[in-house]
Amino acid sequence: MTMARRMLVLVFALAVVLLVVAIVLSILRPRALSGYATAVPASTQAIDRGEYLARAGDCVACHTQPEGREFAGGRAMPTPFGNLYVPNITPDEETGIGSWTADEFYRMMHTGISRDGTLLYPAMPFASYTKVTRADSDAIYAYLMSVPPVRQKNRPHELRFPFNNRDLLIGWRTLYFNEGEYVSDPAQSAQWNRGAYLVQGLGHCAMCHTAINALGGSSESKAFEGGMIPNQNWYAPSLTSNREAGLGNWNIKEISDLLQVGTCNRGAVYGPMAEVVYNSLQYLSDDDAEAMAVYLKALPPHEAEPPPTNQARLVNPGVMETGRKLYAAQCAVCHGDEGKGQPPAFPPLAGNQSITMSSPVNSIRTVLNGGYAPGTRKNPRPYGMPPFAHVFDDNEVAAVVTYIRVAWGNGGTPVTPAETNELRKLLPQ
Amino acid sequence: MRTRTILRLLVAALTTAPATALSQEATVPAFRQLDSIEARVQGCVTCHGHNGQGAGNGIFPRIAAKPAGYLYNQLIAFRDGSRQYAPMNYLVAYLPDRYLHEMADYFASQRPPFPPREAVNVEAAILARGQALVTNGDASKAIPACVACHGSGLTGMNPGIPGLVGLRASYITAQLTRWRVNERHATEPDCMRRIASRLSDADVTAAAAWLAARDPPRDPSPESSNLVRMPFACGSQR
Repeated sequence: MTMARRMLVLVFALAVVLLVVAIVLSILRPRALSGYATAVPASTQAIDRGEYLARAGDCVACHTQPEGREFAGGRAMPTPFGNLYVPNITPDEETGIGSWTADEFYRMMHTGISRDGTLLYPAMPFASYTKVTRADSDAIYAYLMSVPPVRQKNRPHELRFPFNNRDLLIGWRTLYFNEGEYVSDPAQSAQWNRGAYLVQGLGHCAMCHTAINALGGSSESKAFEGGMIPNQNWYAPSLTSNREAGLGNWNIKEISDLLQVGTCNRGAVYGPMAEVVYNSLQYLSDDDAEAMAVYLKALPPHEAEPPPTNQARLVNPGVMETGRKLYAAQCAVCHGDEGKGQPPAFPPLAGNQSITMSSPVNSIRTVLNGGYAPGTRKNPRPYGMPPFAHVFDDNEVAAVVTYIRVAWGNGGTPVTPAETNELRKLLPQ
Repeated sequence: MRTRTILRLLVAALTTAPATALSQEATVPAFRQLDSIEARVQGCVTCHGHNGQGAGNGIFPRIAAKPAGYLYNQLIAFRDGSRQYAPMNYLVAYLPDRYLHEMADYFASQRPPFPPREAVNVEAAILARGQALVTNGDASKAIPACVACHGSGLTGMNPGIPGLVGLRASYITAQLTRWRVNERHATEPDCMRRIASRLSDADVTAAAAWLAARDPPRDPSPESSNLVRMPFACGSQR
């Protein structure tokens, strides 16, 4: 045996010995008990996913006070029944949800029952969040546990009698709450199902776009048919009527842009929907925005009434002429002589459902207070409309809104100075 | 586009009643090019005018040539709610920082003509008190002169102290009053709160009247930043 050969054998033997020692050690090393597994910090991936989903659910919009710390709650939520104060959902052990388990968080999301057994008021959209899968709920939980804890005590609600009695919620839940995760419809595409899951679940679109009755409930048979948003005095258009925001004539790109960009060739979001796009929908992936668009476009049309014939001839000619002159002077530079707009910068008014839909509230408020589309990742420098509350009196606002609702073949109805006056009394919001 | 705009302005001047002391054109929407900051700030023009010249009343102030840092701080404060005025809070609620900065830069760079100065109807003694406060302060009440921070020409100081030129007396009074009752704030240390809390009603009236009655400056540009000579530390100058 040569020296070199002997060395080689030695090295080989040494390697074998080391390998055996490593195997033995690895077998002998104590293992973490399986019960400890959940205490291991959630992986970055799960937290990222949770952050994405928490945005899709727009948790931050309600659970953060203007200028307050993120998710620390305290924000007053005015309802027709009195003020609710949104709770702290940061992981502070004492004042937040820091000591909750993932099971307890899922039960709250899924059933609307809080950790201590309290029934939640349906201002928390658990009637939508019940559709969220356990895996998604766990991801949101992991994300919320990862944000900075904020010590801030929850403020008690200020609901009027009898609504301050939570036992009433048992009745509300019987009438309006259907518990259950989203069940895929095998007859539809995966994309449609993904869209349905987001719209019906985390997106909680029904909270505004399905009318709420005097008991604060909404009926499934009227899903997405639109309604006034309580206490905000904006009208959430029907998503099923082509006369409102029904999307029968829109292409998928226009719908997904409106959701994710905040503006498209047909119009821009404003009011409460601008907030939703700014805080939530702009962060959706292109795939998810498109899935929502596919689902929304496929909602079965449900016309409450036949579209009206054009009413331009029925409007008082003097009103029409005032409206036309004001439009030419103040509006046409952006929205065009024929109401075609300069989309997507300045939306068209001709054929724009949000102008012609039966409620004129949004058009009147926009003329009074103006508005900017939200600044989003895909449209960080949106165009905006100035307020005219100080330029036009009630008759002039009524005339110009009447004009844009009936001109160019638009199918809207005239509005009165009195309607304008009511909305002028409200603060812009 | 240009001729159309001019035509529209003419139509506007003929069809709408004059609501302000300013010429009507200044507050009727108009722009030259769609993809421009000028077109993007149309949301501001019916109140502040195309070039930020203001409405010439006590409600919608002149914002032209105010320091960009000051305008940016106000836009952020309106967006986040630390400065309260519902029409502004609503308009800028969902606009990102960078864009608000761009808007601030735009109006800071504008040099529109000044509206005719205000005819203030107060006694000479009140104007004299106003002049004294603005130019010398009042040592007996430990009030520094306005010019010490707002610049010898009262055109403000970069980056964060606003000019006090071209403003109406009622606007100045309203802002000082808001500071006195703790409704308006600036970044800590809030030098303006220290000063406003030392002013009496009469001091506010006098200073506002004298400021509003002055002839506009030849150059409205703010002074350059000079932290050393300021009598009080101001958070908005950092």
